[in-house]
Amino acid sequence: MLEFERDLDELREHIAELERDAGPDPSTQVARELAVLQLELEARTADRFANLTPWQRVQLARHPQRPHTQDYIDRLCSDFTELHGDRRYADDPSVVAGLATFEGRSVIVVGHQKGRSTAENVERNFGMAHPEGYRKALRLFDMAERFGRPVLTFLDTPGASPTLDDEKRGQSWAIAENMARLARLRVPIIVTVIGEGGSGGALALGVGDRVLMLEHTIYSVASPEAAAAIIWRSSDHAEEAAAALGLTAPDLLRAGLIDRVVPEPEGGAHRDFDTAAANLHAALAPMLQELCAQDIDDLVNARYAKFRAMGEHQHIAAV
Amino acid sequence: MAVRRRGGVQSYPDVPVDLWVTCRKCGGMHYRPEFEAALRVCPSCNYHDRLDAAERIALLLDSPGQFHEIDSDITAADPLGFRRPSGSYIDRVAKARALTSRNEAIVCGVGPLQGRPVALGVMEFGFIAGSMGSATGEKITRLFEHALRHRLPVVTVTASGGARQDEGLFALMQMARTTAAAARLGEAGLPHICVMADPTLAGVTASFASVADIIVGEPGATIRFAGSRVVQGTLRRRAPVEDHTAEWVLRQGLLDLVVPRRELRETLSRVIGHLAPAQTAAPTPNTPAAVRA
Repeated sequence: MLEFERDLDELREHIAELERDAGPDPSTQVARELAVLQLELEARTADRFANLTPWQRVQLARHPQRPHTQDYIDRLCSDFTELHGDRRYADDPSVVAGLATFEGRSVIVVGHQKGRSTAENVERNFGMAHPEGYRKALRLFDMAERFGRPVLTFLDTPGASPTLDDEKRGQSWAIAENMARLARLRVPIIVTVIGEGGSGGALALGVGDRVLMLEHTIYSVASPEAAAAIIWRSSDHAEEAAAALGLTAPDLLRAGLIDRVVPEPEGGAHRDFDTAAANLHAALAPMLQELCAQDIDDLVNARYAKFRAMGEHQHIAAV
Repeated sequence: MAVRRRGGVQSYPDVPVDLWVTCRKCGGMHYRPEFEAALRVCPSCNYHDRLDAAERIALLLDSPGQFHEIDSDITAADPLGFRRPSGSYIDRVAKARALTSRNEAIVCGVGPLQGRPVALGVMEFGFIAGSMGSATGEKITRLFEHALRHRLPVVTVTASGGARQDEGLFALMQMARTTAAAARLGEAGLPHICVMADPTLAGVTASFASVADIIVGEPGATIRFAGSRVVQGTLRRRAPVEDHTAEWVLRQGLLDLVVPRRELRETLSRVIGHLAPAQTAAPTPNTPAAVRA
């Protein structure tokens, strides 16, 4: 539970307790009290979530109970077949990838996968992909093009794994090769940030025709801790870094760097996986339909133009 | 001439400090004229000292006077209104411009390399640690597009701390943008050769630089994905002590070559000759390759 959710959770528990005590047929007075409390909870939740600080959004984006890639795949797609391995070195469990049906269409799905328990997180490396995770993704991107299947990617990582072993196996190379491939891939690609969009490790799955963000997610040049380490020389300044980096979904929509913010259920996606997934489904379905109807050359050119336009510079007299 | 004291080295008030150079790697003291004559390569440890963009262009092209710079008027905007504890981003950019006489962390243009015109982009490490912001990304993208239009091979020389944090996600997107431009060049059958100089880090290592057709490391250059501060901030533990030099990266199978500075131009010319499409324009007449080699 997050600090700023505490009073909401207490109220929620209080309501549940009252409901339990009242039984299936509460008196008029109890029913009225319950209704008032319910309204109070909704109002307080709405107020809290309407005024989230960037750091609170960072915490929400990382909420251990949030739906992760596998949760969305289960709800958005049918007959998911997970495919493993990069056929070079290993299978990386911090990236989940496979074939699935979305809206009656065969698609390739790829996403970072975090765990929920500590054991699971160790297994998934907290969603920090290794080079072989990106190369597994690359293998599936190639397959998507070969068989003309659109690609859905899900971003949820603090960043690419930065250990010495990852360096040895070419982490930078793996990320760059994925971006190059996605930039020119001749099938539609939709990218959704479902939690943390952390730096190059996120962008390695993040080049597409449309980029969506769930309402309480972040997308950043570096994790707030890493940015603080660079700027303040200490990761203790993560909260300040989060405020300065403009990393929330509404910030990035305003900046023109993403296409759409997908609303989350009241209180955040972790309160209601099904509604979160249904909202995402509602956004993805018409978008994919529209992209699949486009001429592929136009699509790839438009994708180039889309990323080509990302950036702000100015012209001054040469020094 | 001001006299500075460096580390434990005793300073001699009557000796101008600029006559002596301290190697960044081994700390050895060298007589500056000799050090410059050796192309700033340390005679003790072979460290290839950082060159600024002008020195690099002079080293690579037949004559620096034949370098036609493009997009020199492009400079950083401040999309986030960013402030560090040490000051605003706008001030940092202004200081960097004053310090380097450049408007951005890369200098781009066209010039002859052993007689063959190439599109050349050289990063200026002195400009905010060669970090890649929107304007840097714009210039790199334009360089690839210019090369595509004029069917020129591209040579990039990287020296960068990575993405420029002060521009937030705008900076990150320069990775995608420059890599997409590099990929499009490759589709057109035009080669991209990247020289990774000291240091090549993070957002630059992980974008246009490492999708080059041929990647050349400079001896001793630090080349890595995550800097030690980032590793510490992310994993909450000390970065492992490893040198991450070009030679080490070459052994991992990630670089094509590590080339001494003295042989760099000749090597670039040779590999470009093998990969670039046949030239349509005649080599620049007043600097025949044979004379410059």
